[in-house]
Amino acid sequence: MTRLVLGPFNRVEGDLDVRLEVRDGQVAEAWVNSPLYRGFEQILHGKAPTDALVIAPRICGICSVSQSVAAARALADAAGAGMPRNGELATNLILACENLADHITHFYLFFMPDFAREVYAAEPWYGEVEPRFRATTGSAARAAIAARAQLLHLMGTLAGKWPHTLSLHPAGSTKPVQVQERLRLLAILGAFRRFLEQHTFGDRLEAVAGLDSADVLADWAGARRGSGFHLPLFLGVADVLGLERLGRATDRFMSYGALASGGEPLFARGCWHRGPLPLDLSAVAEDPSHSWMQGSRALHPSGGTTVPDADKPGAYSWCKAPRLAGEPVEVGALARQLMDGHPLVRDLVERGGGNVRSRVVARLLESARLVIAMEDWVRAMRPGEPFCGRLRLPSDGVGVGLVEAARGSLGHWVEIRHGRILNYQIIAPTTWNFSPRDANGTPGPLEQALVGAPVRPGEHTPVAAQHIVRSFDPCMVCTVH
Amino acid sequence: MNLLWLQSGGCGGCTMSLLCAESPDLPATLEGVGIRLLWHPSLSEETGAEALSLLEQAAAGAAGLDLFCVEGAMLRGPNGSGRFHLMAGTDTPMTHWVQRLAARARYTVAVGTCAAFGGITAGGPNPTDACGLQFDGSHAGGLLGVDYRSAEGLPVINVAGCPTHPNWVTETLMSLALGELGQADLDELNRPRMFADHLVHHGCPRNEFYEFKASAEHASELGCMMEHLGCLGTQAHADCNTRLWNGDGSCTRGGYACINCTAPEFEEPGHVFQQTPKIAGIPIGLPTDMPRAWFVALASLSKAATPERLRRNAAADHIQVPPTVHKPKPR
Repeated sequence: MTRLVLGPFNRVEGDLDVRLEVRDGQVAEAWVNSPLYRGFEQILHGKAPTDALVIAPRICGICSVSQSVAAARALADAAGAGMPRNGELATNLILACENLADHITHFYLFFMPDFAREVYAAEPWYGEVEPRFRATTGSAARAAIAARAQLLHLMGTLAGKWPHTLSLHPAGSTKPVQVQERLRLLAILGAFRRFLEQHTFGDRLEAVAGLDSADVLADWAGARRGSGFHLPLFLGVADVLGLERLGRATDRFMSYGALASGGEPLFARGCWHRGPLPLDLSAVAEDPSHSWMQGSRALHPSGGTTVPDADKPGAYSWCKAPRLAGEPVEVGALARQLMDGHPLVRDLVERGGGNVRSRVVARLLESARLVIAMEDWVRAMRPGEPFCGRLRLPSDGVGVGLVEAARGSLGHWVEIRHGRILNYQIIAPTTWNFSPRDANGTPGPLEQALVGAPVRPGEHTPVAAQHIVRSFDPCMVCTVH
Repeated sequence: MNLLWLQSGGCGGCTMSLLCAESPDLPATLEGVGIRLLWHPSLSEETGAEALSLLEQAAAGAAGLDLFCVEGAMLRGPNGSGRFHLMAGTDTPMTHWVQRLAARARYTVAVGTCAAFGGITAGGPNPTDACGLQFDGSHAGGLLGVDYRSAEGLPVINVAGCPTHPNWVTETLMSLALGELGQADLDELNRPRMFADHLVHHGCPRNEFYEFKASAEHASELGCMMEHLGCLGTQAHADCNTRLWNGDGSCTRGGYACINCTAPEFEEPGHVFQQTPKIAGIPIGLPTDMPRAWFVALASLSKAATPERLRRNAAADHIQVPPTVHKPKPR
C-alpha cells in the first residue's frame, strides 16, 4: 500500500490537493482537499444587500457571471422583482457566454494537454494529439485562446467587461443594447460558430446537437477519423484508453434548470437516480463533519453557517459536504443535458454512467446547443424597449438564487434583516462534486470517482487520476469561497 | 526571461482576463519579448510532484527566476499561521512560498488588487487577515515589508485592478523584459504610471452628460452616474475608457458605476456601492483635483444650462432626442 499526495494540482481553477491510497496498482481510497479559505459568507454579513452584486462575483474569476446572476436572483426573489423580456435575454446571453467560454477553456487548456504528455508518446494517436494540445504551445490550444477572446467581445458589448461585471441587475441588465450593438452580437456569435464547426466538430452545430445515441456518435466520430477535428480526435483517444470506464462516480445527478426565457428553461430542472426524479430543494443540506468548519449537524443553507475552525479533529478540507436527501450528487453539463432529456446523453449515462468520456462529450454537446440558443436570443432582442426594471428591496426578507454555472448547480441563500445581510450562504457546483466525506463516512463524488483508477509503476501523480479530476472541470475558488 | 506565476487568496480572474489579450494574443505577446512560462497554475503541463520540483528549484535559486507574478491576497490567518492557504501538496503556507520566491526574483509583480493591497478578500471583517504583497490596504508593509526590494532593486510592482486589464499585465511584463521600467515609472502606490496616471473618466462616453450634470437616477439610464449611482470614474486611476475591455467595453459603457477597483481599500468604500453619498445634496467625493467651491458653483451653473436633449436622454435607456442636424446656411 502506498500513499500519494497530488498537489499543487494545476490546470484546474484554484487550489486542489488530492490524497490517494494505492493498493495493487489501483486507487483504493481518495481524499479531496480544498486548501484555500477566503470567507465570503463572513465578508457579506452586515453589508447592504445590493453590495452582494459587487462582492459575490469576485468569489470566482471563471464563474464570475454565474455568481452575479445567483446574487441578483436571490435579491430579486427577496424583492419579488421580475425583469423585462430584453433583460432576461441579455442575462441569458451573458450567462451562456460565460458557460460557453468556460467549456472551451476547459477542453483546450485544462483537459486535453494531459494527452500530450510524454507518458503517451508511444500511442498511435500521439502524433496527431501532441502538436495540437501540448500545454501552452499546442496549435489547437492557441486557436482556442484567440477564438475565446473574440467570443468574450460579447461581454464587452453586453456587460462592459468580463470577469466581474456589474451589469447583471436583479431587475434586468444595466446595459440597454442599441440597434448597432445587436448586430455586432450576431457577428461575434457567427465567428464563434465558425470556430466550433471548422475546428472542434467538423460539422454544423445543428448536426452535433442532433446526435441522438451513443452508436450515432460513434459512427459520426468514425466518419471523421484522421480529420484532425478536435471532438472526433478526443473520441478516438477515449476509445483506445477506455475513458468511458474511467471515473465513474455516484450516478446521482442534479440540475437546477437553466437559462429560462418567458418562464421556460432552455435546460430542464430535476435530479436523477436510475431515472428522472423531481427536485426537492428543501432536501439540500450542507454537512460540516469533515470540514474545518464549526458545527457537526447538516443544515439547510437558508439556516446554514460558515465559521472556520482550523483545529477541528477529523477534518481534512475547507469544503463542506452538500447532500441532496442525504446523498452526494454530481452536477455539471452532463447532469444538465441528462435532466434535459437529451437522447445522446441519456444513452451515454444509461450505458456507462458519469465517466471521463461522457462528461467531456456533454460539455461540447452543450456548447453547440448554447450557440444555437444564443443566436435566437440576440434575434429576439428589441432595442428601444426596456432592459431593466426597478428594484425595491424589503428591509426584511429571504431570497434564493439558483443558477447553472458551467460546472453545475450554484445556489445563493440570503436573509435580509433591517436592510442588511444577516446571513448569506453559497453552495457552488464543485462544492457538490469535490465534497469531503459526510457524517456517514460517504465520500463525495470525486472521491468515489477516483477509486479504481489505475496507477502505473513509478507514477507520483497518476495520469488516470488527472483525467478523472479534470473531467469534472473543478473550480476550487468557488468550492470554498 | 522566466516567468513564474502563483495564485493565493483571490479568484483567478486576473488570469482569466489575461487570456483575453488580443492583437496579439497572450502567447504571441510573451514570446515576442522572450518571456517563457516557467510555471503557471492554469496553463502549464506540470502538476503535483513535477510542479513542486520546479518551485523548489526556483526557491533555491537553481532556476533563474526573472519575473515572479503573484495573483490573490496573502492570507496570514488564522492567528498568523497562514493555514487559510497551505499550498496544495506541501503543508506549507503559501505566504512562506511567496517570501522564499520573492527573495530570489529579479522582479516581483502583484497582479490584481488582492495581491497589491488585499482587495476584496480583505473586505468586511477581513476573516483571513488578508493583505497585499507590500501593502496592507493603503498602508505600506504587507507580507514582504516596506523595505523589500527585488534583485533588480525595485519594490513590488502593483498592477492593480479587479480584475486587471490583460494589457496592463502584458505591458508591465514587456517593459520589465525590455529593462525599461524603473522606480520613476511607478506612482506612490507602486502602480505603473503608464496606466495609473489616467482617470476612468477620460474617454467616458457619458462625458457630455457629466458636463451638464444630466444624471442617471436608475440602472440602465444613459446619463452620468456620478451624482446618484456611486460612479467614482472621476477619481479612479485607470485608463479603462481609452483602452477598453473585451472589445469595446468598460464599466461605465456597460451601464454601471466605476467602483475604483485599482485603489487600495476599494472593497470598503464606507458607503453602499452604486449609491453616491451626499451632504446637502452635494456628492461628498469630488472629481480628482477639483476645488470644492468651484465644483459646486460649476455644477449648479451647468445644471441650469442643461440642454433639453441631455436632460431627456439622461433619464432614458436609448436616445430620445437626437442632436440637431445643422444645415449649411443658404448662399
